[in-house]
Amino acid sequence: MSAPRTIPADVLTSISANSRWQRFPLIFGVVGVVCLAAAFGLSASTVERFHFSYLVAYMYGLSLALGALFFVIVQFLTKAGWSVVVRRVAENMMGTLPLFAILFVPVAIGLHHTHHHWWHLVPGKDPILDAKAPYLNPTFFFARAILYLVIWTLLSQAFLRRSVAQDQSGNPEETRRQQWMAPPALGLYALTVTFAAVDWMKSLDPHWFSTIWGVYYFAGSVVALFAMLSLLVLWLQRDGFIRKIVNQEHYHDLGKLLFGFVIFWSYIAFSQYFLIWYANLPEETIWYAHRSHGGWESMGLMLVIGHFAIPFFFLLPRAMKRNPVTLAAGAGWLLWVHYLDLYYLIMPVHSTGGPQPSIVDLLTLFGVVACFLAAFAFLAKRSALVPVKDPRLAESLAFENL
Amino acid sequence: MNRPYGALAEFKSAAEIFHACEKVRDAQYRRWDAHTPFPVHGLDRAMGLPRSKLPIFVCIAGLTGVAAGMTMQWWMSAVDYRVIIAAKPFFSWQAFIPVTFEVMILFSAACAVFGMLFINRLPQWHHSLLKSERFRRASDDRFFICIEAQDAKFDPEQTVQFLKGLGAASVELVEE
Repeated sequence: MSAPRTIPADVLTSISANSRWQRFPLIFGVVGVVCLAAAFGLSASTVERFHFSYLVAYMYGLSLALGALFFVIVQFLTKAGWSVVVRRVAENMMGTLPLFAILFVPVAIGLHHTHHHWWHLVPGKDPILDAKAPYLNPTFFFARAILYLVIWTLLSQAFLRRSVAQDQSGNPEETRRQQWMAPPALGLYALTVTFAAVDWMKSLDPHWFSTIWGVYYFAGSVVALFAMLSLLVLWLQRDGFIRKIVNQEHYHDLGKLLFGFVIFWSYIAFSQYFLIWYANLPEETIWYAHRSHGGWESMGLMLVIGHFAIPFFFLLPRAMKRNPVTLAAGAGWLLWVHYLDLYYLIMPVHSTGGPQPSIVDLLTLFGVVACFLAAFAFLAKRSALVPVKDPRLAESLAFENL
Repeated sequence: MNRPYGALAEFKSAAEIFHACEKVRDAQYRRWDAHTPFPVHGLDRAMGLPRSKLPIFVCIAGLTGVAAGMTMQWWMSAVDYRVIIAAKPFFSWQAFIPVTFEVMILFSAACAVFGMLFINRLPQWHHSLLKSERFRRASDDRFFICIEAQDAKFDPEQTVQFLKGLGAASVELVEE
């Protein structure tokens, strides 16, 4: 009842001229390029290794931006009021999607290494691959990849542009327009993310199939989004921006959604495992068979504990979600296990004998994440850090959990 | 007049009862309650209510459900009536997860509902406040504060005067 209905005058809602965030695009950009170049240089003799590590890192960075696209679309789809004060941060995360069209180039160059099972198909040797050839062939693969990247770029820019334009005009028509765009955008999102996950990760095992695969990648992406969104909001507040207007009521909701999607991920991951385990069909169990020896089985168990049990009990109490320190700790942990999850999905195709952790993995991860942060900071300093003239801003400022 | 149940004050708006609750809280009354036709944001803090203890009980019930569900299936499938199904081990925990999950939900939901009823002392066949004609509007357009006679600070005259001083539209003593 005491919360303000307008943004108080002493709250910084945009990156100030003397802030270190002004230099972040350059700093993170250089770090990102150096890390990726070092990773490539270190793996010069085993270029296949670089491409696998890079694919894991790329899918990781992409999941942050795709998760944000989902979040923004859903806010308009549901006409959400609570989230307005944190929506611009998510919009800027989503705005990095064009960068991932550029970062896809190394993935595209390495496809004949990573996806070699079907990339150079010799007809007549493998009836399953022959049957899948009309879908799994390099030409159609690239056509689809370009389509996904174009759709994500257009969707993200369409939402971001209107939201930023409203900062100046205050025109509620922009919000109505975004609400109108949201349902078809969500349909496009679901189709493109599903097919991209199948194309880029599942086709690493071209004999294998799992109908839940797209949702699995999506579930992990949304966990990563809420974790990264919480961290970025807290980071901006630590540096003096958007204080007070984003308060523990908003942390609480971010924490609840993070907690909820941890359970959703666990539900999806268990559903995939459970049905394959129960039916016990060799063509399905082969995927888990590859991941049940040489150390991969420990990593699978680690995911059950680290990606479900630990964050579940950690984020369960109300106080943990309302305290910025514990929320940041939970979010940071989940961002790390989300990387291990993608590593577990992709890497066993390369390191068939067991996990072979390498500095190349870390360098590609740091490289992609630094590029993501550079693009995020670039967008963050171009516009206000909250949609200052959103028609639902007052609702978000006064928001309280019952 | 019989023994009083409490002093009932009627307010005309959510804002009025909100500030009145803050003053009743600050006057150190312990046994009292507010009745509104719809949830008023922040009223729990204005009343100085502690958070409900129900979540802790629900958590314990849920963990009990997990243990009960898994133990039940272990007993049935691996001890009491062993049947080989699909060449899988007798204790196939994977197959028991869905039922374990459902037992957890059952125990937690039952604990939440019955625990809520217990904490609220429900069901009650009768409540003294229902004797008040005015109180019927508590489910329509009026807001009420009732300070119970069991409160250590309760005094039939002073408490009524105190409530009138809070801007109540009317104050009455309700019989036990």
